[in-house]
Amino acid sequence: MLPLLLDQVSFAVNGKIIVDRISVEIGSGPRTVILGPNGAGKSVLMRLCHGLLRPSAGRIAWRGPNEGRGRQAMVFQRPVMLRRSAFSNVLYGLKLVGVSRAERELRAGDVLDAVGLSEVATRPARVLSGGEQQRLALARAWALNPEVLFLDEPTANLDPNATRDVETIISQIRAGGTKIVMTTHNLGQARRLGDEILFLSHGRLVERSPVEQFFRQPASAEAAAFIRGELPWT
Amino acid sequence: MNDLALAFKEAFNLIGHLEAELREIVTLSLEVSLTAVAAASVLGLPLGAALAVQRFRGRRGVIVVLNALMGLPPVVVGLFVYLMLSRAGPLGELGILFTPAAMVIAQTILITPILAALSRQVIEDAWEEYREQLRSLGAGPLTAALTLLWDTRFSLVTIVLAGFGRAAAEVGAVMIVGGNIDGVTRVMTTAIALETSKGDLPLALGLGIVLLSLVLALNAAAYWVKEAAQRRYG
Amino acid sequence: MDLRTRGGCLAVLMFLSLCLAPESSAQKFITVASTTSTEQSGLFRHILPIFQAKTGIEVRVIALGTGQSLDMGRRGDADVVFVHARAAEEKFIAEGYGVKRLPVMYNDFVLIGPRSDPAKIAGGKDSLAALRRISAAAAAFVSRGDRSGTHMAELALWKAAGIDIGKAKGPWYRDTGQGMGPALNTASSMHAYVLADRGTWISFRNRGDLAILVEGDRRLFNQYGVILVNPAKHRHVKKEMGQAFIDWLVSPEGQKAIAGYRIGGERLFFPNAGDNDA
Repeated sequence: MLPLLLDQVSFAVNGKIIVDRISVEIGSGPRTVILGPNGAGKSVLMRLCHGLLRPSAGRIAWRGPNEGRGRQAMVFQRPVMLRRSAFSNVLYGLKLVGVSRAERELRAGDVLDAVGLSEVATRPARVLSGGEQQRLALARAWALNPEVLFLDEPTANLDPNATRDVETIISQIRAGGTKIVMTTHNLGQARRLGDEILFLSHGRLVERSPVEQFFRQPASAEAAAFIRGELPWT
Repeated sequence: MNDLALAFKEAFNLIGHLEAELREIVTLSLEVSLTAVAAASVLGLPLGAALAVQRFRGRRGVIVVLNALMGLPPVVVGLFVYLMLSRAGPLGELGILFTPAAMVIAQTILITPILAALSRQVIEDAWEEYREQLRSLGAGPLTAALTLLWDTRFSLVTIVLAGFGRAAAEVGAVMIVGGNIDGVTRVMTTAIALETSKGDLPLALGLGIVLLSLVLALNAAAYWVKEAAQRRYG
Repeated sequence: MDLRTRGGCLAVLMFLSLCLAPESSAQKFITVASTTSTEQSGLFRHILPIFQAKTGIEVRVIALGTGQSLDMGRRGDADVVFVHARAAEEKFIAEGYGVKRLPVMYNDFVLIGPRSDPAKIAGGKDSLAALRRISAAAAAFVSRGDRSGTHMAELALWKAAGIDIGKAKGPWYRDTGQGMGPALNTASSMHAYVLADRGTWISFRNRGDLAILVEGDRRLFNQYGVILVNPAKHRHVKKEMGQAFIDWLVSPEGQKAIAGYRIGGERLFFPNAGDNDA
């Protein structure tokens, strides 16, 4: 399915432009981190890529050898769990894509094991802690064996321990071959988890660089200001 | 006040001796209203869910009309069903006027809008929370509606109980389409109306107390079950 | 998921079974449209079991006002009509909705009022004179106003008394649009006069300070007639069973059952089938 091509993509609501003529090609391989100050349009851009929103202008196309959307998953800032057990939540996603019952239960068990939630698998998902729920969200996404995993500020609401757990899991998912596309406002996290940076400001794609280069020698003035902490991070 | 004291005495007498006639009336009341609520749930809850998740032209108009139909006067519904089921009417051939079936039909018509309108509100609120995640997982409108129906089940129980309360309490519809026939279509509310019109107020009040106790007991039981389930499932 | 689908099916099945039940069970029944006063007097509870024991036919009585009962007959929602308003019944037959009218029994009306008796009618034997005094005194009077047999009798009495009640009525005349019981309730709380059938009065428990003030006037006699709804107009009318009921009502056995109904030792209904003037 990859690469994903965006061609002059814009998104506006009530006349207000949130994403402004972005053209970019996102390929398989590098872990892509989208950075930018508050209101830059990062979340909206993610949702456009994932297909949750339709662009007001421009084209979005998956240009891989198998044309079409392929398998994708998204993890949100706040995990949304159904009123059922943790195990059932993972099963739910698998059932939706038509995995057979036996296979479902196998995969769910494996993935919950991998994220360290086997012990609480039968507990209602909504009584788990924030960190556990976010790990569960990752497990649910992972079980689908996605080619692309979108993450929208996945650790923004978590404490440092939970954050570390989540980052570890993301790395494991990456190691399995999944393309990572993530937004964050945590610069340290961007450096840890990113290979390339897409920097947005006021809805425009201002800069795209490999991670180290972005932090050491930002090409744009806005990026430089952002890194120095002069612009709001969230 | 004397009447009230007499009424309580009458009520305990009635219950204490569990007269066959009282048992018959209570049983019929429960059969009619519970069946009506069941039918109305089958019709109304999915309708509410569909309205909540599906956008279409004229949707707001439908919602306004549905909300207004919650206030349908029972006696008007009774009149309408009577005209439909009367031998002189279109469905006269069925021959179900003045039978419990007609009463069930009338009460179903009465409470379906209530269940649909209230469930629509509850499910729409839940949809706000779940929409992005469900769509990310690939759930279409039908799947989403079913998932939400299950996930909001605790609120839906309360709504169904409200519907039952309305059905059990009404007299206008069942009086007209049932005819309050002794031993055939006499329910608690029509019996109360009859005793009142005969001037036997203590007996009427006594029956009223029995009816209230019944509805109260049902609500208490349902609430207790709901609380327990909620604790288990979050 | 499965549980929900099963629950839904169950609900639909229950619904359908309640729909189909009347067809399969108790096919042997007839629907009789009668009046609230007759039902509330308790007469049917007394005589219908006797009829059912003899013939196996269940009689389902829908108790409405006379006007509504005849209307039910016109619509074909009843097999037999059993009311007490001769003029309306004869019109019903003339219009072709009924086959034949047979007199069955009569009861009487009584003029009820507060013991304080502002119009001073107590003990009188002339109902018309009493009504004139009530009108002259503008004393509170409750009318049923519901096209019932009782209501029509009341209007006929005003007319016979020479009073055009449509013009003469003032705030003292309360047109309630209710059945006999509720009208009595209203009269009790308002300390008003009211025309009632003796049967309902005897079983009425909320008397307050009301009492019978005028009775026994022949003009107060209330004749009941029974009519089979015309099967020519409504094919589905259960004419054999309906006719069986009518035949029984006017038979010596039925008439005896009617006479045998008493409240507190008092007879409420006087059988007079075969009285051709009735």
